[in-house]
Amino acid sequence: MRHILSMLVENESGALSRIAGLFSARGYNIESLTVAPTNDPSLSRMTLVTSGNDDIVEQIKKQLNKLIDVVKLADLSDGEHIEREMMLIKVRAAGPDREELKRLTEIFRAKIIDVTDASYVVELTGASKKLDAFISAVPEGLITEVVRSGATGIARGDKGLTL
Amino acid sequence: MQQPRLKAQAEVSPVQAHPPTAAAGATEQSAGPSGSSAALLSGAEITIQALIDEGVEFVFGYPGGAVLHIYDALFRRQDEIKHILVRHEQGATHAADGYARATGKCGVCLVTSGPGATNAVTGIATAYMDSIPMVVITGQVPTPVIGSDAFQEVDTVGITRPCVKHNFLVKDVNRLAETIRKAFFIAQSGRPGPVVVDVPKDITDPSIKVPYDYPRDLRIRSYNPARRGHLGQIRKAVEAMVAAKRPVFYTGGGAVLDDAAAPLTELVRALGFPITSTLMGLGAYPMTDPQFIGMLGMHGTYEANMAMHETDCLIAIGARFDDRVTGKIEHFCPHAEIIHVDVDPSSISKTVKVHIPIVGPVGSVVTDMLGILRGMGGRPDAEALAAWWAQVDAWRSIQCLRYDRESALIKPQLAVETLYQVTNGDLYLTSDVGQHQMFAAQFYPFDKPRRWINSGGLGTMGFGLPAAMGVQLAFPDAQVACISGEASILMCIQELATCKQYDLPIKVILLNNGYMGMVRQWQEFFYESRYAHSYVDALPDFVALADSFGHVGMRVERPGDLEAAMQEAFAMKDRLVFLDVVVDPTENVYPMIAAGKGQHEMHLPPTMSERELA
Repeated sequence: MRHILSMLVENESGALSRIAGLFSARGYNIESLTVAPTNDPSLSRMTLVTSGNDDIVEQIKKQLNKLIDVVKLADLSDGEHIEREMMLIKVRAAGPDREELKRLTEIFRAKIIDVTDASYVVELTGASKKLDAFISAVPEGLITEVVRSGATGIARGDKGLTL
Repeated sequence: MQQPRLKAQAEVSPVQAHPPTAAAGATEQSAGPSGSSAALLSGAEITIQALIDEGVEFVFGYPGGAVLHIYDALFRRQDEIKHILVRHEQGATHAADGYARATGKCGVCLVTSGPGATNAVTGIATAYMDSIPMVVITGQVPTPVIGSDAFQEVDTVGITRPCVKHNFLVKDVNRLAETIRKAFFIAQSGRPGPVVVDVPKDITDPSIKVPYDYPRDLRIRSYNPARRGHLGQIRKAVEAMVAAKRPVFYTGGGAVLDDAAAPLTELVRALGFPITSTLMGLGAYPMTDPQFIGMLGMHGTYEANMAMHETDCLIAIGARFDDRVTGKIEHFCPHAEIIHVDVDPSSISKTVKVHIPIVGPVGSVVTDMLGILRGMGGRPDAEALAAWWAQVDAWRSIQCLRYDRESALIKPQLAVETLYQVTNGDLYLTSDVGQHQMFAAQFYPFDKPRRWINSGGLGTMGFGLPAAMGVQLAFPDAQVACISGEASILMCIQELATCKQYDLPIKVILLNNGYMGMVRQWQEFFYESRYAHSYVDALPDFVALADSFGHVGMRVERPGDLEAAMQEAFAMKDRLVFLDVVVDPTENVYPMIAAGKGQHEMHLPPTMSERELA
């Protein structure tokens, strides 16, 4: 099963490599990993999407918690949460495809943010599945480039992942 | 000359600063032991002062360019802290490790950058696998040249990351003292382990002095090891234990590391259950006690492994269900309700699903178990327990450790038994890795913890001799021996010079069979006796070798001479004696569970009519 793990980690130079190294050393999957500082400059927020059966995910969480640089960890998949990922996708848009792609952009509530006479760059935000859906909706052979941020997420409700 | 950054960094970790310690006043430049102004020290002086403030007795190390400032600071404090000059950085880490295992204190190493650090890696990984508290200070090239492939530069923090509990690169001399304090705290608390502190040379510049405050109280917001087990879980565990019909205790290195021997022994005796131990846990419960049924696992006793297979209640204490213990997981303790006590939550249900997990220091949890057991006044089912013991004794009666005592060649088992007799069981025994290690574990019953010192997790050949140095330094009057093989001993043989320099009267018991015995055994069993490169050709004359290092060498070839030779060796209280014992080259370690087999599928000695008891 897919899990979104959200972590507060020390904003230290080695923290990211400790986490990435843990996954490679123990053979765990990383689907995506995003990291950026928070409003507290000493902390970074990291969102890691992984998959595995319950035992493996349990072990991943324990191993992450064991790292000294991991201050707090939550499995967003345990409760109601919001997931967002951003995608920038460059498509070939010429001839009849041009209208079709514009329509598709509207249906997905995406934005065209760069235009040439032969291409569009489309910006799309949503759960990772929505991004997948957009990619598969683009007619065969029109995609030039896909850039995805990796999923981020936050729990619903008034409680926050804070110290 | 590069100047270190002295800019105060934002304080990101809430270390509570305290007034300077009295000890800080011991250096010439200090501002005095008391009062509000802290002593001004260089990074090099801070390093040494911090070690002294930690109460470090010995630093095992080897100088080099990047640590010269630190060595210079050490030179002026030699009366307060002893430096042991090893002959290879691997030796430094193993010696610090042996010291830590024998004393329970933190081992300390000081090595230079580049090759100094890489040579230390084997010893760091050894300590990591066996959860040994250790602080390793490594020199690093100056900060301005880090990343430029400077002379003797290596990414020490990167290289050691997967085999340390934590590591630090110090980038600001103002944070050096605090970082060393954190290193000691992390190394020794929770599940212990090695911590590396990488110190660039400019941080130790003798001309840059900063106020020295050694933080006494320390809180690391992201690090809170369990201090006590959950009482509800402990109660549940005690209830399961009392209700069990075929219980068995399975203890590991955690029982030794947490000094839980006393409450553990009391609990096991109060319940009257059989107890087995991993290689790392030997001695936490007295091995000569009738309730002890021997080591378990790949070379464990028949009775221990069968009891594991048949038990209905497994009480795992400070053990981690290593593959050498479990064998094939599907066949591991198929009938048992499993209780697991461990200070590290990630050890629990890692390989084997546990029914009653208890996260906490094993000493405190076992003490709580005793309290609850006494409080509820429950007793185990006496009738069931008697039947269980009858079964265990029946397994025991096959005497799975039998060997040919009439052999004209010295059997390695006989050598270990003789060692036990000659030392009256009162010995610190370090070991290298291989057959001799297993024979020692099987035939030398330790009645106290911290007496059996070996590399269990990583299986590091070359560990034994330097580890014995650390033990002998810690206990100068104790009998310390290193049991080894002719292959293992050569991996750190240079440390014989260290032993000479510091007059360490270690007894090296070399079981010389001319082969990497355990490799040879596997090749005999699993590769149709194709002995690919396991024969150790061109061996040195060990007697002459010991002699050339200034020690006493002796060679024993006949079983009849063994006891007298060992008596003679141990009678030389102030000399290192290297006993080259020529043993039967074909002897194998039995019982044996082949890798990937179930714990009930043991090979027994061929003298017992080669059979697999299933």
